[in-house]
Amino acid sequence: MTATLPPVAPEAPQPAPTPAHRAQLGTTAIVFLAWIATFAIGYLLVRRDGGNLWSQANRVKMLTGMSLLGFVAIGQTLVILCRSLDLSVGYVVAWSSLVAATQMKGDGGRLVQAVVLALGVAALVGLANGLIITKLRVNPFIATLGTGLMIKGYLDTKYQGPAGSVSDSFQQFGYTRIWFVPLSTIVMVVVAVVAILVLRKTALGYRMFAVGGNDEVATHSGIRTHRTLIAAHVLCSLAAGVAGLLIAARYGTGDARVYDDGLDLDSIAAVVLGGTLLLGGRGSVAGTVAGVGILAVLDTVFDALEVDPFFKDVVRGAVIVVAVALYARRQIDRRSTRQRFTRAGAER
Amino acid sequence: MTDTHISLAKGAAAAPADDAVVPGPDTSLATEAPPGREKRAAGTWTVYILLGVILGWIWYLDHDFVEAPTLMAFVKKAAPLLVLAAGQYLVIVAGEFDLSVGSLVGAQVVIAAKLLDGEDDRTLAVLAVMVGFGVLVGLVNGLITTLLKVPSFIATLGMMMVLFGAVRLWTGGAPTGALSERFRTIGRGGIDTDLWGLRQVPWSVLIAIAVGVIAVLIMRTSFGRTLVALGDNPTAARFSAVKVERTRIAAFVMSSLAATLAGILIGGFGGLTSRVGDGLEFTAITAVVLGGVVLGGGRGSVLAAMAGGLTLEAVFRLFRQFEWETTWQPTVQGVIIVAAVAYASWRPSLHVPTWPWRPTTPGSSDPSGGEPCDDVPPAP
Amino acid sequence: MRRRTTRSLAVLAVLGLALASACSSDDPDEATDSGGDTTEAAGDDGGDGGGGDGAAEGEFFVQADYDNQLAQRDVEPEGDAETPWLQAIEPEEADTAEFALDGAGTLCFSNASISNPWRQTGWITMQQQVEVLTEEGVIDDFQVADAADDDSKQISDIEAFVDSGECDALIISPSTTATLTPAVEAACESGIPVIVFDRGVNTDCMVTFIHPIGGYAYGADGAEFLVENLEPGSTVLALRILPGVDVLENRWAAAQEIFADSELEILGDEFTEGDGANIKDIVTQYIEQGDVDGIWMDAGDGAVSALEAFEDAGVDYPVFVGEDELSFMRKWDETGITAIAPVYSNFQWRTPILAAQAIWAGEPVPSEWVLPQDPITEDDLGDYLERNEDMPSLHYAKFGGEDLPGFPEAWQDR
Repeated sequence: MTATLPPVAPEAPQPAPTPAHRAQLGTTAIVFLAWIATFAIGYLLVRRDGGNLWSQANRVKMLTGMSLLGFVAIGQTLVILCRSLDLSVGYVVAWSSLVAATQMKGDGGRLVQAVVLALGVAALVGLANGLIITKLRVNPFIATLGTGLMIKGYLDTKYQGPAGSVSDSFQQFGYTRIWFVPLSTIVMVVVAVVAILVLRKTALGYRMFAVGGNDEVATHSGIRTHRTLIAAHVLCSLAAGVAGLLIAARYGTGDARVYDDGLDLDSIAAVVLGGTLLLGGRGSVAGTVAGVGILAVLDTVFDALEVDPFFKDVVRGAVIVVAVALYARRQIDRRSTRQRFTRAGAER
Repeated sequence: MTDTHISLAKGAAAAPADDAVVPGPDTSLATEAPPGREKRAAGTWTVYILLGVILGWIWYLDHDFVEAPTLMAFVKKAAPLLVLAAGQYLVIVAGEFDLSVGSLVGAQVVIAAKLLDGEDDRTLAVLAVMVGFGVLVGLVNGLITTLLKVPSFIATLGMMMVLFGAVRLWTGGAPTGALSERFRTIGRGGIDTDLWGLRQVPWSVLIAIAVGVIAVLIMRTSFGRTLVALGDNPTAARFSAVKVERTRIAAFVMSSLAATLAGILIGGFGGLTSRVGDGLEFTAITAVVLGGVVLGGGRGSVLAAMAGGLTLEAVFRLFRQFEWETTWQPTVQGVIIVAAVAYASWRPSLHVPTWPWRPTTPGSSDPSGGEPCDDVPPAP
Repeated sequence: MRRRTTRSLAVLAVLGLALASACSSDDPDEATDSGGDTTEAAGDDGGDGGGGDGAAEGEFFVQADYDNQLAQRDVEPEGDAETPWLQAIEPEEADTAEFALDGAGTLCFSNASISNPWRQTGWITMQQQVEVLTEEGVIDDFQVADAADDDSKQISDIEAFVDSGECDALIISPSTTATLTPAVEAACESGIPVIVFDRGVNTDCMVTFIHPIGGYAYGADGAEFLVENLEPGSTVLALRILPGVDVLENRWAAAQEIFADSELEILGDEFTEGDGANIKDIVTQYIEQGDVDGIWMDAGDGAVSALEAFEDAGVDYPVFVGEDELSFMRKWDETGITAIAPVYSNFQWRTPILAAQAIWAGEPVPSEWVLPQDPITEDDLGDYLERNEDMPSLHYAKFGGEDLPGFPEAWQDR
C-alpha cells in the first residue's frame, strides 16, 4: 500500500507518479479487458440463443443500467480508497429522491431549489458519517449502518413509499438519449472523469490515497486525515444524492423504497470488481466504472437469455468472488517479488 | 465495552508493504502474546450494564415483564440470535466477517422443509444433512478466504448471494414441503413444567445456554487463543501458516454451524415463511458489536457478544413499550448502535482501534489488519 | 474533553439539522401518516381509545375508489362463473380492431418479480396458459423480463421491449404504481397494445387494465368479517407487512375506515415484514398484555405463525383474517377457527394472456377488466382444500389453473 506514497515521509506532500499509479493502471486495464471479455462472451451466448446483445434495445439497457449504480459506486470508491465504507448510500438515494420530488411539486420553476436541497441533504448525511467516524470514533461499518437505519426510520414514517412529483423538464434527465446513449450515463461518465481528476491532480485526491494507504505516514506528512475522510464521505453521499435525483427523474416521483434495491452492497461489489482494494490506498474510479459496466452487461445478458432471476444471483455472487480472487492473486504475485525477504514471516 | 488494552499490531509489521521507509512497528511484536483472557474480556461489563438498564426500563414500564413466562418467552425468541452472535463472534474476533449467515439460515430452513416434507421419521437424517451442508458452506467460506485470499467481507458477501439464489432456484422461488413436528419441537417446544408458573422451559433456551458454554470453553483452548491471535496480529500468528489457515477455516465452519443451529431454532419457532433469514447477518454483527467485540478482532468475549444479542432484542422490546410508530424502530436501533460503539471508543482508559485503524504508536494495535490484500475486514 | 463534547454536539447538531431541513422544507400535502393516526390514537395507553377516530385519509385512501370497490363486490360479474379469470364486472368495452394480427404473435411481458409465493404461483399459471396458446398457434414467442422488484430496472425492461420492435403486445405487471407511470405511457405511445395487470399505474392509456376489485375491497372483506363475528369492545390486532406499498396500504386504509365505525378496539398495527418468527413474537407480546380476540392481516404471509402464538401461549384462538394461502387454509381446517380468507384472485395471471389473444383477434376487451374477488369462507373451505390437495403449502388456492395442461405437476414441482 505504501507504494502509493513517496518514499520519505515527513515532507510536504507532493503528488508524484508512483509505482502504485502504474500498478493501478495495470489493474484498471485488466478490468476494462474483463468488461470487454464479458461482453464478448455474452454476445456469443446471446447470439447462440438467437438474439443480439448489440441491438439498440440492449445497448440502451446496458448503458442505462450503468448510470444509477455508477453514481453510487463512484462515491463509494472514494470512501473505500480512504479505507472506509458507506452502507448508508441506499438510504441517501431514497431520501434525496424524495426531497427533490416533494420540493419540486411538478413545477419546473422550483427545479433549482429542489436539486440544491436534495444534494444539501445528501451532503449533510455524508458530513454526519464522516464526523461520527472521525470524531466519535465509530468504525465505518457500524457508523454508516447506523445512519442508514436512522434515515430508514425517518423515511418510513414520513413518506411511506412514493411522494412528490418532478417537473417534465426534469424528467428529461431520466429519459433523454443522445443516439443510444442515455443522458444520465453521460453525466455519470462526466462525474467519473471529475472524480478521476480530483484523485489524480488535486491535493485532496493525493491525501485520499495517502490516508487509505498509511495514515500514520500521512499524519506525519502533515495531512489532515480527518478532514480528508470527511470530505470523502461528503463526496460519496453527494454522489448518492445525484443518484437520487436520477431516480426522481426516472420515476417522476421520489420513492422511499429505493433503499431496498441493494445499492449499498452492489456498489461495494462494483468497486471491488474494479480493482480498488477494500483496505484502501489503491484503486481507481475508472476501474469502478468498468466494474459497474461488467455488472450491467451481466444483467443484460441474463435478461436476453431469460435466465431465471435466482440463477442471476448465483452468478453474480460467484463473479464477484472470482474476480476479487483474481485481483488478490495478482497483487500477491506483484508484492511477493518484492517482499519475500524483507521480514521474516511478513510475507503475505 | 472494549478492552482497556490495545490489541497488538495486527499486521502492522506488514502494513506499508515493501519499499517505504515507514516509522512502523517492528517484528519484535511477533513474539508478544495476544492479550490474556482477563484483559480481553475486561470492559465488556458495559454491555451487561446496558442490558440491565434496558431490562429494568422495560420492567418499569410494564411490571408484568418480569413474570417468568414473559421473560422466558422473551429469551426463547432471542435464542436464535444468541446462537448466531456466538458464531459471528468467533469469526469477528479472528478479524473477519461472515455476511452469509442470514442467507444460510434461510437456506437451511428451506432445505429442511423440502427434504422433510412433514415426515417425522426423516427428521434425524435431515438434521444430519443440514449439519453437513453447514459445514460445507463454512469450509467454502474459509477456503475462499484463506486459499484464494479474498477478503472475507467479499467472500461471504458472494456466498450470501449464491446461497440466496441457489436455494430459490432449487425450490422454484418459494419454500416447498413442510417442517416435521419433531423438527419444530426443537425451536418451538421444551420441557413442560409448572415451575415458577412457566408452561415450559424451551429447548431453544437450553440450547442457547449450551452454545454459550461450549463457546466459552472453545475460547479457552489453544484454538481459541489462536483465533484471538489472528485477530490481534496475523503476522505473528502466521509463523505457523497451516495452523493459521486451519483455525480461520474452522472459525467460518463454526459460524456456519451456528447459523445452521439458528436456522433449526427459527424454523421451529416461526414456521415456514418465504423470507426467513433476511438481514440476520447485520443483526448478528450488530449484536456482537454491542457486546463490545471490536470489528477487526482481538477483543471481547463470546458471552458479551451473546449478551449483546439479548440487549438488542431487549431494545426492540423496549421500543414497543413506547407505543411509537413501529416505523421509527430502525432509527432507534441506528442511534443505539452508533452510541454504543461511540461510547466504547471514548472511554478514557481505552485506546480503541478506530478509523483509520493504524497504530498511533509503534507497537499499538491495528486490528483492521494493516496489509493491503490482507484478508481482513475493510473497516473494523 | 471540551473538544470531545464539542464534536459530539457538532454531530448531533448536524443530524438535527438534516432532519430539520427536510422537515421544514417538505410539503406533505400528499404524504400523511394514515397508518400512524390510529396507532397514536389507539395505542397510547396500551390499547384504549379503540378505533373510534383516525379513519384513514390521505395518499392511500380515496373515498370514491373505496366506495366504488365495496359496491363492486355485490355486482354480478359478466361471464361464466366456472372461468372466473374471464369474468368482468361492469365492463366497458374497448375497441381493438387496430391491433388485429394475422397469424401468431410475439408476446412480451415485463414482470415486477417473482419474489413472493403469490407471484410465483401466478407465474406458473401464466406460463401454462401461454403453453396452451402456443399449441394453438396464437403465440409464437413469449419474451419475459424480470425486474426483481427494482423499479428502475423495470423501466429499462419496458424501454428495451419498446425499442426492440419485436413485441406485438406488451403485458406489464408494474412494481410500483406511481413510478412506472412514465414508462407505461411511453410504451403506449409507441403503438404497441399494452396490457397492465395486478398493480395499476396512473394513466389509462393502455388497452386494458386487468385487476381484481381491489385493495379496499380486500381490506374491507376482512374487517367486516371481524366486526360481524366479534362482540363490541373486542380487541383486534392488525398485522401488516411493510409500509408504503400501495396495494397493502389500500387494504389497511379500508380496514381502518370500517373499524372506525365499529366498536372494536384496535390494539395496534404492527409491521412484520412477513417474517414468521417476528409475527409470532409480536403476537405473543400482545397476548401477554391481554386478550386478543381478533387478528386482521393485510396479507396471509405468516398467518400460521400468528395462530401458533396463541397455541404456544395456551390461550383461545382469535377470529382470524388470513388469505387463500394453503398453509393457512389447512391450519384453519385443522383448528376449526372462525376465519375468512380474503382473496387477491391469483387467477388474474391467466387473463392478460387471454386478453392478448382477444386483442390480436380484433375482439373488444374491457378497458378496465375488473375480475371477481370472492373471499373463501367456511363454506367453501373444504372444496378448495380438496381441489388443492397435494399442492405445496405456500400455494394459493384460487390460482385458477385446474384446467390447464400442466395441472397439477407444474405447481407441485415448482
